[in-house]
Amino acid sequence: MTALQSPRLEPQVEASPHSRLWERVKRVVASNPSVLPTAAAIVIFIGMVIYGEVAYGRIVQYNTLSNLLINNAHLIILAVAMTFVILTGGIDLSVGSVIALSSVAGVMLSNAGWNPWVVIVLMILIGTAFGLASGILIQYFNVQPFIATLAMMFLGRGLASLLSTRPERLADDSPILWLGEQLKVIDGEKVNDVVITPGVIIAVLVVIVAFFVLHRTRTGRTVYAIGGSESSSSLMGLAVPRTKVLVYVISGTLAGVSAVVYTSRLGIAQNITGIGWELDAIAATVIGGTLLTGGYGYVLGSVVGALVLGLMNVLITRDGGIPPEMTTIITGGILLVFVLLQRLVLMRRRT
Amino acid sequence: MTEALPIVEMRDISIEFPGVKALDGVDFRLFQGEVHALMGENGAGKSTLIKALTGVYRIDGGSIVVAGQERQFNGTADAQHAGISTVYQEVNLVTNLTIGENVMLGHEVRGTFGVNWKATHAAATEALARLGLGHLDTHKPLSTLSIAMQQLVAISRAMAIKAKVLILDEPTSSLDAAEVEGLFRVMRTLRDEGVAILFVSHFLDQVYAISDRITILRNGRYEGEYLARELDRHALISTMIGKDLNVLSSLGGNRRVEERDYAAEEPLLAAKGIGRRGSIEPTDLDIHPGEVVGFAGLLGSGRTELARLLYGADRLDEGSITLRGEHVDIKNPGDGLGRRIAFSTENRRDEGIIGDLTIRENMILAVQAERGWARPMSRKEQDEIVDRYVSALNVRPADPNRLIKNLSGGNQQKVLLGRWLATKPDLLILDEPTRGIDVGAKAEIQEAVARLAEDGVSVVFISSELEEVVRLSERIVVLKDHQKIGEIVNGPDVTAQQVVDVIAAHGVDAAARSGIIDAEDDAHPTASTDDGQLPELTEEHS
Amino acid sequence: MSTAARSTWLHDLVRKPFFWGVVAIIALLLLNVMKDPTYLAISVNPDNGNLVGNLVDILRASAPILMIAVGMSLVIATGGIDLSVGSVMAVSGAVAMVFMKDAGQSGSLGVALGAIGLALAVSAVLGVVNGVLVAYIGLQPFISTLIMMLAGRGIAKVITEGQNTSATNDPFRWLANGFVVGLPVVFLLALAIVGLVGLVVRRSALGLMIEAIGINPKASRMAGIRPSGLLLTVYVLSAVLAGIAGIMSVGTVMTVDVSRTGYQMELDAILAVVIGGTSLSGGKFSIGGAVVGALLIATLDKTVVFLGVSSSATPAFKAIVIVVLCLLQSDRVRGWFVQRRKPPKERPVPNAVAAREEVSA
Repeated sequence: MTALQSPRLEPQVEASPHSRLWERVKRVVASNPSVLPTAAAIVIFIGMVIYGEVAYGRIVQYNTLSNLLINNAHLIILAVAMTFVILTGGIDLSVGSVIALSSVAGVMLSNAGWNPWVVIVLMILIGTAFGLASGILIQYFNVQPFIATLAMMFLGRGLASLLSTRPERLADDSPILWLGEQLKVIDGEKVNDVVITPGVIIAVLVVIVAFFVLHRTRTGRTVYAIGGSESSSSLMGLAVPRTKVLVYVISGTLAGVSAVVYTSRLGIAQNITGIGWELDAIAATVIGGTLLTGGYGYVLGSVVGALVLGLMNVLITRDGGIPPEMTTIITGGILLVFVLLQRLVLMRRRT
Repeated sequence: MTEALPIVEMRDISIEFPGVKALDGVDFRLFQGEVHALMGENGAGKSTLIKALTGVYRIDGGSIVVAGQERQFNGTADAQHAGISTVYQEVNLVTNLTIGENVMLGHEVRGTFGVNWKATHAAATEALARLGLGHLDTHKPLSTLSIAMQQLVAISRAMAIKAKVLILDEPTSSLDAAEVEGLFRVMRTLRDEGVAILFVSHFLDQVYAISDRITILRNGRYEGEYLARELDRHALISTMIGKDLNVLSSLGGNRRVEERDYAAEEPLLAAKGIGRRGSIEPTDLDIHPGEVVGFAGLLGSGRTELARLLYGADRLDEGSITLRGEHVDIKNPGDGLGRRIAFSTENRRDEGIIGDLTIRENMILAVQAERGWARPMSRKEQDEIVDRYVSALNVRPADPNRLIKNLSGGNQQKVLLGRWLATKPDLLILDEPTRGIDVGAKAEIQEAVARLAEDGVSVVFISSELEEVVRLSERIVVLKDHQKIGEIVNGPDVTAQQVVDVIAAHGVDAAARSGIIDAEDDAHPTASTDDGQLPELTEEHS
Repeated sequence: MSTAARSTWLHDLVRKPFFWGVVAIIALLLLNVMKDPTYLAISVNPDNGNLVGNLVDILRASAPILMIAVGMSLVIATGGIDLSVGSVMAVSGAVAMVFMKDAGQSGSLGVALGAIGLALAVSAVLGVVNGVLVAYIGLQPFISTLIMMLAGRGIAKVITEGQNTSATNDPFRWLANGFVVGLPVVFLLALAIVGLVGLVVRRSALGLMIEAIGINPKASRMAGIRPSGLLLTVYVLSAVLAGIAGIMSVGTVMTVDVSRTGYQMELDAILAVVIGGTSLSGGKFSIGGAVVGALLIATLDKTVVFLGVSSSATPAFKAIVIVVLCLLQSDRVRGWFVQRRKPPKERPVPNAVAAREEVSA
């Protein structure tokens, strides 16, 4: 039941403060304070939407919000993946370069005439292989997670560069592009339509499955338990080694899925694709309320975190006054602030 | 008691670690429906034996038979499968999840749509209710519970997964008297339901209050199995501590018995009501210049915790320390060192030696740390220190460029002693400096302590070997259950036996007061102390 | 007698952690010689008396790697990591280039010194941020420096307004391209700085304390070491050295490419440290080893170009080498090599508490 608390929180902001719903929410938060950061992320997101609407206009409308989802579907998937890893207290720095390798390889194979479905499966499996390698290094050879995944990060980037250093363009008639095709759901006036892509659907499915796994399976609960205390989990007889490898496999696999979604939207892949995306994914996860040291967090929070970052990009573009180079600095700054807040809360809790 | 087959039978168990024989041919058996205490001082092999039984360690020799079947455990999960569950001192649950989940983790009730939380929490509530904890809200985070309650939740977990053997490894060390009583009530209930309980505790009165049978280990060896009601406290303590100290009795001359006017002399260090939550109750303590103060008490009595406060290894929650007449705030070991206090830890491997550094580097480290990195010691200064203490303490091998991790325990200890002596402390705290080292090295360290006191250094000497404490100390501070229970000014007629008496008797008093030994509640005839012993002990005490 | 003496000498050499690094350098050079027997030839340029040759090029290229490798080895020795060195290089290069571009005066030594001073000051500030986050706030080193790694590149872009920026300044250029007594200035400079750092670290007690913290932080604290100041020093030093590396690397072409300068240099730094025999889990470090590691990487880079292998393959290859060296450092693999002994009794996932308690037993 606790697992379901974070979605239940969403109405908090819209509900009138005196409603009964509000009372219920207050009780839920009081009994489980770990949902607070996730709630804060939702508040931040809505605050940003309101600010954007007031300051720049044309935010709260079908096409802007649809595009927010479409343009960030890959990031949502990455954030979900990172949530698994960070929940165990680990980290995966390799996701960005796995995407580079997977998409460059995918586009090249596709252009070489391979069956698109085989290509898509291979793209995902490349991610799986990287995740498996990281997981084995970490679990069975006691390499620190950031070192193991850092090595994988360099390896992925290196292999991608080995394949090609130029932008590889997917043939215009490639069926992979269909995954990025925009499908009109509601035909609004002019261009103000509700639009989704199969990529968005994939992202939503990933979120649903991840939610199910984390909250409704023993494996998912083991993920949380490991983040709480790995040695306790071990002594409780939980399948710690298997689960630890599994989270990196999940992370790698989802990086592969993310590569498919991203490539299908852009139609182009390059060896420098995805530089810094590990930071975005970590930031999305942390903003969404997942504790960097593991044990606490919600996958839906990470989705909100990803949307916060996406919306931030939209606002920066709309503003026009902020140079786009600032984006990584701002992302880094936000991540830093959230990590410091977490640190503060932890220190408070200890005393 | 029962003539039935034991549910657990460990025969001739041996476990070896590099350089140490942790267990040497140990036998142990456990019957259904009994509480069996495993006793022994630190290093006796209790936790090793438990870890062998729970599959954390693999055994090198011997056999483990559980419910008539010989078993080779390959991990905790294996042992749990065989019905053996363990609750450790530092509660091995995960505080980030709910109470209910902690009870059911890995055994959640599953339905069509994954885990059925409703049924899972219901099952958790049921398991908790068996221990009288049915009122707990299983949806609350475990972190909202006290350690004592978490302990009980851990036991509920063991019951929920249908454990036949329950191992409680020092479950009471952070519980207060009422909480201990609650735990014991649960233990009795489970025992009467036929669960076999293996109980480890350093609190003698608790052991007597709850146990039916006692097995004693010492130095990795089996010393014997006794019925609790037939083993008196003195016999228990002396079997645990052992008598191999006779070898050292020739050193009896080390004891300095000085006529000191404690009231007139200004103490070097005066502590007023210093304490730290969960580790030591507020304590007053004076240490005079050139005095050897022994801290006597069993493991877990608070002897180490008190010493750590003096050095700044832990921060004190309350009370104040006056050093040389000046109020001081010792925030960290660096501060302690800067005020000429030195502390040699009992945990040599984790808090003492820096394994990959040489003897020389380990020895000069504290002096260098006090100076700061910008003022390095010249080679000559280093050599002076190293030469002096390597020869004075007879460190072997005498090659200062050896890595300390390759030395024997005794020689590592001497290097560490050299490290602290080199800082020229006014107060030197030695926590178990002689544990796990050979007799020769022991004698050398004891001699060094005696010489230091003659030179005017105050020494706090902590050891589980009471004879040693009595032999060296001018004054003995007796600790028990995280508090100071008395002080004995040493004299020619003071013996280790008297200290044992104080510890044993105090326990009975305190236990009786706090109601741990509760005759009415005592459903099981063998569970409590033999009443006949009580008056005798109190008499000796007074 | 003499054979016995020689064999122990050889034995000691083989046991040096960077022995295999030296072997690898020699092997790579031999490979090059096989392709072109004149590879090792060094000639004297008759016009100015400078030495010319592949070896000289390798030395020149090794200079920035030396800088960051030395800084990284100290950081890793404390049990931390500095992922931001490459980005700090870019920031430092950007600061220097923008400063000189704005100042003009292509011949002015003062401008060059101003550029260097400012670049190093900015680098030091970034190092202070890293150090404070790690030492005083207690953040994990990789996350603090990861943020700096990605934000740092953003800062470099902001400084240059996203443009690759060029400048002309002869003294600055000389630093990277000039020669003194026939050898490249930049290499001599790097060597001098490494020597200085080595001297400071080994002659003061800094090295000892860094190692103590890296090997056993708890015991170091109990021995009275206060780690915060040390950690801060080390992260600042690493950033300043990275700043110097940035100056060296932009000085060669007198252009800062904000997305390429220092790109993936943290890979080179980590690799150099690992090759030098420093364990990634901290503890004993070897500056000499880091030097060998840096030279090996420079040799490798040049060899790849020389042999005509696509240079884009090198990062992947380096990553694989890191993975292999990590594996070699792990207890499990070491266990395989000492298989004659009994297999380890403790489980691969040791419960820290259990392990601690046991040795006292």
